[in-house]
Amino acid sequence: MLLLILKRIGLGLITLFIVSLITFVGVEVLPGDACTTYLEREAYGPALDACIKRLGLDIPSYQRYLDWAANVVRGDFGYSLSGEMPINEVLGPRVKNSLVLASVSILIGIPLAIVLGIITALWRDKLPDIIISTITIFSMTIPEFISATLLILIVAIWLGWLPGIVIIPSDATFYELLSNIILPVVAISMIMTAHMARMVRSSVIQVMASDYVQMAILKGVPYWKMVFRHVLPNALLPAINVVALTIAWLLGGVVVTEVVFNYPGLGRLVIESISNRDLPVVQALAIILASIYVGINLIADLMTLMLNPRLKSLQIKK
Amino acid sequence: MNEIIESVKNLSIGFNSQTGKQISILRNVTTNIKKGETVGIVGESGSGKSTLALAMMGYIKQGLFALEGECIFKSEDLLKMNSRQLEKIRGRKIAMIPQNAGQALTPNLKIGYQIDEALKLHTDLNKNERDNKISELLNKVRLPSPETMAFRYPHELSGGQQQRVAVAMALAGKPDLLLLDEPTTGLDVTTQAHVLELLRFIAKDTGTSMIYVSHDLGAIAQVSDRIVVMYAGEIVLEGPARKILKEPIHPYTFGLLKSIPKLSLTGLPDSMPGSQPQPGSISDGCSFYERCNLASDKCKNNSPELEYLNNLDTSVRCFNHKDLIQENKLHHSTITRKDTVQKNNNVLNLKDVSITYAKQKFFDQLLNKISDENPTVKDINLDINKGETIALVGESGSGKSTILKSIAGLLKTKDGQIKFINERILSSDLKLRDPNDLRAIQLIFQNPDESLNPNHTVEQILTQPLKLYFNLTGNELKKNIIDLLKKVRLGEFYMSRYPRQLSGGEKQRVAVARAFAAKPDIILCDEVTSALDVSVQAAVLNLLQKLKEDLGTTYIFVSHDLAVVRAISDRVAVLYQGRLCEIGPSQNVYNYPSHPYTEVLLGAVLEPDPDIKPKLVAEDIVEEKPPEKGCSFQGRCPRKLGDICNKEVPPWQIGENGNAIRCHIKINELKNLQNV
Repeated sequence: MLLLILKRIGLGLITLFIVSLITFVGVEVLPGDACTTYLEREAYGPALDACIKRLGLDIPSYQRYLDWAANVVRGDFGYSLSGEMPINEVLGPRVKNSLVLASVSILIGIPLAIVLGIITALWRDKLPDIIISTITIFSMTIPEFISATLLILIVAIWLGWLPGIVIIPSDATFYELLSNIILPVVAISMIMTAHMARMVRSSVIQVMASDYVQMAILKGVPYWKMVFRHVLPNALLPAINVVALTIAWLLGGVVVTEVVFNYPGLGRLVIESISNRDLPVVQALAIILASIYVGINLIADLMTLMLNPRLKSLQIKK
Repeated sequence: MNEIIESVKNLSIGFNSQTGKQISILRNVTTNIKKGETVGIVGESGSGKSTLALAMMGYIKQGLFALEGECIFKSEDLLKMNSRQLEKIRGRKIAMIPQNAGQALTPNLKIGYQIDEALKLHTDLNKNERDNKISELLNKVRLPSPETMAFRYPHELSGGQQQRVAVAMALAGKPDLLLLDEPTTGLDVTTQAHVLELLRFIAKDTGTSMIYVSHDLGAIAQVSDRIVVMYAGEIVLEGPARKILKEPIHPYTFGLLKSIPKLSLTGLPDSMPGSQPQPGSISDGCSFYERCNLASDKCKNNSPELEYLNNLDTSVRCFNHKDLIQENKLHHSTITRKDTVQKNNNVLNLKDVSITYAKQKFFDQLLNKISDENPTVKDINLDINKGETIALVGESGSGKSTILKSIAGLLKTKDGQIKFINERILSSDLKLRDPNDLRAIQLIFQNPDESLNPNHTVEQILTQPLKLYFNLTGNELKKNIIDLLKKVRLGEFYMSRYPRQLSGGEKQRVAVARAFAAKPDIILCDEVTSALDVSVQAAVLNLLQKLKEDLGTTYIFVSHDLAVVRAISDRVAVLYQGRLCEIGPSQNVYNYPSHPYTEVLLGAVLEPDPDIKPKLVAEDIVEEKPPEKGCSFQGRCPRKLGDICNKEVPPWQIGENGNAIRCHIKINELKNLQNV
């Protein structure tokens, strides 16, 4: 078991190494470099030379990669170009904001998705299923920029209940954020919940049709006991991986929602730093987002292993 | 004894088709189950036997509903009860033992918990008493080390053990009626015989009534007092077991019994024409009309009623049953097979073949080193003659299918050679084989549902080999396809059909036609009749024999069904854990089994005759891996000598009948031991 965990962690580190290499090489082969993009029209003469010197662009690229990688391992991503401040300081509040948005969405969205999925499966083809399934399919198909815009229009502009866009500084406290994130959370949850509820629904339906559920019924197990003991533990196992992917997506991939609501999270930082040609920040973000995906998927895989007795004893046997 | 425990009255169950028509799959079934009695419900797939059994627990599968009738258990109709009331009866009064215990046990719950659940629901025992009861139950179903068994998960047990757990779970509530839905189907022969023996013991010990549902008349014959024969959703015959099996007075039962291959008979069984009508396509007349050789005009337009014959204590649904009574006894005729073996004309040689599933380790791969783990299949030597049918038999894990895959080139061999005609070595790598060699060896698989592409018509299915190997097009292609269909006795109009529009037997015929399209020298048959109903199986076996006689093909026939193997094969090779135990002419291996494993295997076969009881010589332990040293059968052998069997691989010895066996005991001595 321990060996397996170490093996998976090792594989994750290799993935991260490859990601870092790809982003670094990608930045290298782009026409121009950090200085030319930063200085724009003034990229000539002593200003350019000074910049190159300052950023160390005159050092051979493999050397620069090694230095950069060594610093990253130590947790230092270097300096951003535009703000000329340490990237860690740029990232800190953004990571926090993204975490707040993600965790609130997770706390609301995942239980909701599981409950809806179970309800639709247990009342399959009956009224509750038809109503909920229609709504989920509807909210799945509307692109998030439309649903987000509509939310702003209705809740913020027509009803005036909540602020339409987030106009707080990126280092606002948790409580200041809370009232601002209600609309983004709703917009994100609509898509996330719909996807996951559909997944849970089909998984529960599949398990309900299994021989062991029929056996439990014929054994005289009361309905709800059967659902909680025999159905759900088996039906929700495959959901763990989907939940993991969703969490990873929430932390870095909700770009559109963040932009529409002007939310200072990691997703928007990606867009901003790309349009500012702030290449060190882009590199740092690539590594961070990749680590999030690798880490969360690793946790999900290990959880599946622990919770599924079949896989567990298979691993032990090996 | 005559107290009725459950009675089914005029029960019909059906579903609404997409066109809104009501289609019944169970029609006007009436039967009674008496206290302490075991009733066998037998029928082929689609006869409604499982639907009937489940309805007797008040359970109707989703999509189906009761059209009319009732299931009266202790003066109450189960079909009118709500789920609360049913929970009080299920598991406590009527318990179920399912078909596939491996899938019927909840995977995330330990064995002990699942039995405890039944105890908690249906008894008033406290925690301590329940724990004792669990070990008592596990002990009763003869599971090894019941103390630790309770803490294991279902997947950690073998198929036979899982089935025993299901039995223990069913017994937990001390039911009055046990419902067994194909409880031994899918188990190995020896395991099946052991589980049946256990069930018989339990019925006697507890006085529980049992309903035993199966397609296997062999199993039914061993346990039943009374037999109900179902056909197309109706009861066609019901009566005392011995009478039904020995003097069946319904033409379907008669034909069914005749189409079962038997260990004591050489040659192929008689087949019944046609197949069971699909629900919804049943006409006004007798549902067996189209396949019946006693049918008259009356049968075409009128459906016979179930008629009770007082003198025989039998109910029968047939206008002409008197003709069968006159014929009186079931005489088993078989079709003699023509001998097509060309002696000393080898088409395939397996020399010292070993096969392993062990994956090469990364470094071994780099060094091109082959894994030194004990191979799954080892030291296989076989010379196969042209026109011969050689059968590989053994229980699951015996390596029989593995050998087939290697001959086909789907699995690389570890050691040894496979030689084709003219001593030419066949590469063990499929990619390196000559296209002509690929054509010459064809495969027919167990399940035609999976081996035929559901999106191709029969014409497309047969076009592929003809185009690939012979480049046929246009009229010639069409002519060949029609020829092939004729060979497997299917009409031209089948060309435009899709597999889903064919019955199981027809699908397997298409698969046979596809194999023959390549004009092969050798056809590898992997359990080709296992997925088919008995009456259809006989027809497919007869077809394979006919084709071989006409075309001189060689068959390598893999099956777990020893009676089928006896009927079709010229020579039999018995395998245990991937090692040959005994090989010889079928007649001799079956009449004079010498190797202890052959003896165990043949002893466990269930015959559809209540007077022939299986002989259980060895325990049904499941071994996961072949032993590292010595004889492959050392772990289960009833005649084990001692250390020599653990250490030395037994030598080959040839008996006077031409059977070759691998055993440390002299072949003549084994004979004497068997007679003791």
